[in-house]
Amino acid sequence: MSKAVRERERIVVRFAGDSGDGMQLTGDRFTSATAVLGNDLATLPDFPAEIRAPAGTVHGVSAFQIQFASNDITTPGDHADVLVAMNPAALKADLDKVGKGGVLILNEDSFTERNVQKAGYTADPLQDGTLDGYQVYKVPMTSITVRATEGIGIGKKESERAKNMFALGLVSWMFGRPTETTLNWLEKKFGSRQEIFDANVAAFKAGYNFGETTELFAESYKVEAAPQVPGTYRNIDGATALAWGLIAASERSGLPLFYASYPITPASELLHELSRHKNFGVVTIQAEDEIAAANIALGAAFSGQLAVTGTSGPGIDLKAETIGLAVIMELPMIIVDVQRAGPSTGMPTKTEQADLLLAMYGRHGESPLPIVSASTPAECFTAALEAARIAVRYRTPVILLSDTFIANSSEPWPIPEVESLPSIEPEFATPNGQDFLPYSRDEKLARPWAIPGTPGLVHRIGGLERQDGTGNISYDAANHELMTRLRQAKVDGIADDIPALEVEDPSGEAELLVLGWGSSLGTITAAVARARADGRSVATAHLRHLNPFPTNTGEIVRAYRKVLIPEMNMGQLAALIRARYLVDAASYSKVQGLPIFAEELEHEIARVLDE
Amino acid sequence: MSDVIENGGTSRGDASTLTKKEFTSDQEPRWCPGCGDYAILSAVQAFMPELGIEPHKTVFVSGIGCSGRFTYYMDTYGMHGIHGRAPALATGIAVAAPELSVWVVTGDGDGLSIGGNHLIHALRRNVDIKILLFNNQIYGLTKGQYSPTSEEGKVTKSTPFGSVDHPFNPIALALGVEATFVARTVDNDRQHLTEVLRRAAQHKGTAFVEIYQNCNVFNDGAFDLLRDKAQGKHNQIRLEHGEPIVFDEGNRCVRVGENGRYEIAPTAETDPDGIVVHDAHGRPSLAFALAHLSRGPDEPSCIGVFHEVERPVYGQAIQHQLQAAKERLGAGDLDALLHVGDTWTVE
Repeated sequence: MSKAVRERERIVVRFAGDSGDGMQLTGDRFTSATAVLGNDLATLPDFPAEIRAPAGTVHGVSAFQIQFASNDITTPGDHADVLVAMNPAALKADLDKVGKGGVLILNEDSFTERNVQKAGYTADPLQDGTLDGYQVYKVPMTSITVRATEGIGIGKKESERAKNMFALGLVSWMFGRPTETTLNWLEKKFGSRQEIFDANVAAFKAGYNFGETTELFAESYKVEAAPQVPGTYRNIDGATALAWGLIAASERSGLPLFYASYPITPASELLHELSRHKNFGVVTIQAEDEIAAANIALGAAFSGQLAVTGTSGPGIDLKAETIGLAVIMELPMIIVDVQRAGPSTGMPTKTEQADLLLAMYGRHGESPLPIVSASTPAECFTAALEAARIAVRYRTPVILLSDTFIANSSEPWPIPEVESLPSIEPEFATPNGQDFLPYSRDEKLARPWAIPGTPGLVHRIGGLERQDGTGNISYDAANHELMTRLRQAKVDGIADDIPALEVEDPSGEAELLVLGWGSSLGTITAAVARARADGRSVATAHLRHLNPFPTNTGEIVRAYRKVLIPEMNMGQLAALIRARYLVDAASYSKVQGLPIFAEELEHEIARVLDE
Repeated sequence: MSDVIENGGTSRGDASTLTKKEFTSDQEPRWCPGCGDYAILSAVQAFMPELGIEPHKTVFVSGIGCSGRFTYYMDTYGMHGIHGRAPALATGIAVAAPELSVWVVTGDGDGLSIGGNHLIHALRRNVDIKILLFNNQIYGLTKGQYSPTSEEGKVTKSTPFGSVDHPFNPIALALGVEATFVARTVDNDRQHLTEVLRRAAQHKGTAFVEIYQNCNVFNDGAFDLLRDKAQGKHNQIRLEHGEPIVFDEGNRCVRVGENGRYEIAPTAETDPDGIVVHDAHGRPSLAFALAHLSRGPDEPSCIGVFHEVERPVYGQAIQHQLQAAKERLGAGDLDALLHVGDTWTVE
């Protein structure tokens, strides 16, 4: 008997369960199968800060959301169409993230009285009307999995653990995902442990067949492949893209990559990924603290390495003095800030983009440096290359801003040709027979990079003010002003060496410009597309360079009657734009540790236009 | 008045003909007249040629404090960092460029207070750097506050009623974090200082050298018992590996007392077999006991090499891992990396 297949343009699926239920893995595998099918997609993992919060409680719920579509999409979706909840806590935590009328697939076995209570429900939500208005499918996932894996020779506990593969199988059927991608992966992962492999395959197939044969599901869905530019694609998350971008910068510059870091969520993924690639000559050092990480990197920068330190907001606070030292030493160095919700420890696993002013101004004295930001997971790759290019060319520390959202989410990425990537020329200083002037400058105002071991270029650098040219210590009043202005002019001059800000204004009649930076790109694109579909004329522009701004930024923000700047902060870019260009830009703020939803921004766009 | 210090900074020394001059920058040292730092600087500049390492292959790294200016007076590559972080900067240099001779100059405030964390981690990692800690038991650059090595009861500008802080014992601290080379010397004993520098330079890994250094402005005479010629010959306990520990012109010795504690005793009243024979290559607990013979430099104290053992050097271990990875996986191929895992092609 074949069932009805309904075509959908886009679907949002959310997998939720206990931290130990393997939901991230399930989501990741579903994503791979979806990518291989050629859908466009965007994902968002959402997990608790605690490694294993008490099982069965709302605090311990870990979720993974994916939106996939037959056309271009830019966000993981505001609301889920389908929620797979492995226990009552997952239902309790995530029900409000499901759109009205959405599909709930619940692991019926887990809805025991005790679990229902642990989740904080006073009555059984399956019975008391909580789920009215949703399409509810109760599936005894645990017991079917146990039955399906009987005879394989594993214990009950291990067999129950395979229930996430049952869920994956069921959802794979619902959306017509290919099974081979998952089966091949299981073989790679568990091939050497026959029983575990057999159990996972049995559970996966049981889930798939359950959808196919039971009367429970009347239909499945089909989402056609999205049209894509020809090329070879892969799915990539922001953390991996950033790490690979740094490796690419090392390859394209010939400078060994030297990464010093202290573990911190969500930047640790960078340390993990880079430490796997020692065959690229990548040195990774887990330092004793954030300050040491910055100084170790700076020492390596002096020695001619592509020096990088990575962290999140709290670590930037600690590194501030060292970053200032790099500013006065004028050495190339990249400081990665994978932003998270603050202040203080804040919400370590939740996203925010509230470190822009910290990056811009978070050092004592006049201490300017360039700031580059990534806007999508895949864009982290190019942003890393760009940060390296600027750091090396201008002999300056560069702050590279990412955030929890793009670090953890993923999207399809057309893999670039290595030869097409920009090459970076370190141009180390060489002796020319004359006295060496460590603070002489080239046409970009960059000073020579003279590395220890080079005869004839022996010199000392340090945090005390330098004399122009010689680099000697100087407390001279006029010299300090000169050096302060030189350091500023060098950074400002980078504006001539970066692409102009591009405006997208299809009608050419927009009154409103939505200006963004960082990970809100996806939301802005989706919200503006909806507003245009409603007949509104809206222009967009997105900044990848936050300091200096592209040279045409002022011209653009002044060209529109209204400027709206959506940010996951209290209006930091808005403050910079208003101060710099004297335009009455409006800020749209959201600080919930979550990305801005397209629907929310769409309403704000309408509100601003109708004002 | 302009406060500019000139810097020629273009040494082109040949290793075989190096002299003190090649290591002396043309910047005029600006410590207070009579400061112990002058003696240390002169000894270091005079010693460096002996290593046969050219100035351009040598890096001095310092932090903040009077000792921090040391870097500018050496005609080598130099990095004058922020307060307390010199061991971290030096770690980056030494790992990135293992062929360089890397020296850290720090003080009791810089190295043991604000920078204590970096010091202990450099020592435990055994990075190939030589750390000279100038201990004057006072904050000199900030004009006279007590330091983490100042004695209890110390009256300073920030402790008008006497310090209630218990001081660090730098040697015991270094031994406690399993430093592989731990020594102490004094600023005005050129011969002893040079010999300790020699041993430190020969050591593979982190060498920790505490130098008792007189601050004649804010803490004058703190080490007189050991520095002063007349008193020193009675109170310096000189450590020589394999030799019985006797001092005070042979009148006193170190022996194992009750409960196994080391104690100072008249040699005449001690069984010659009971005198402790210094074992610099033994367990750190032996050196630790010697570090605790005195409560501070106002009692007879040991100078010399307390402890010297071999352990894998941090930077070398990193290089070995890089090499092993290349041998196992082949040199990195960026194109292959970008294609690893699931990919799909759109025609």
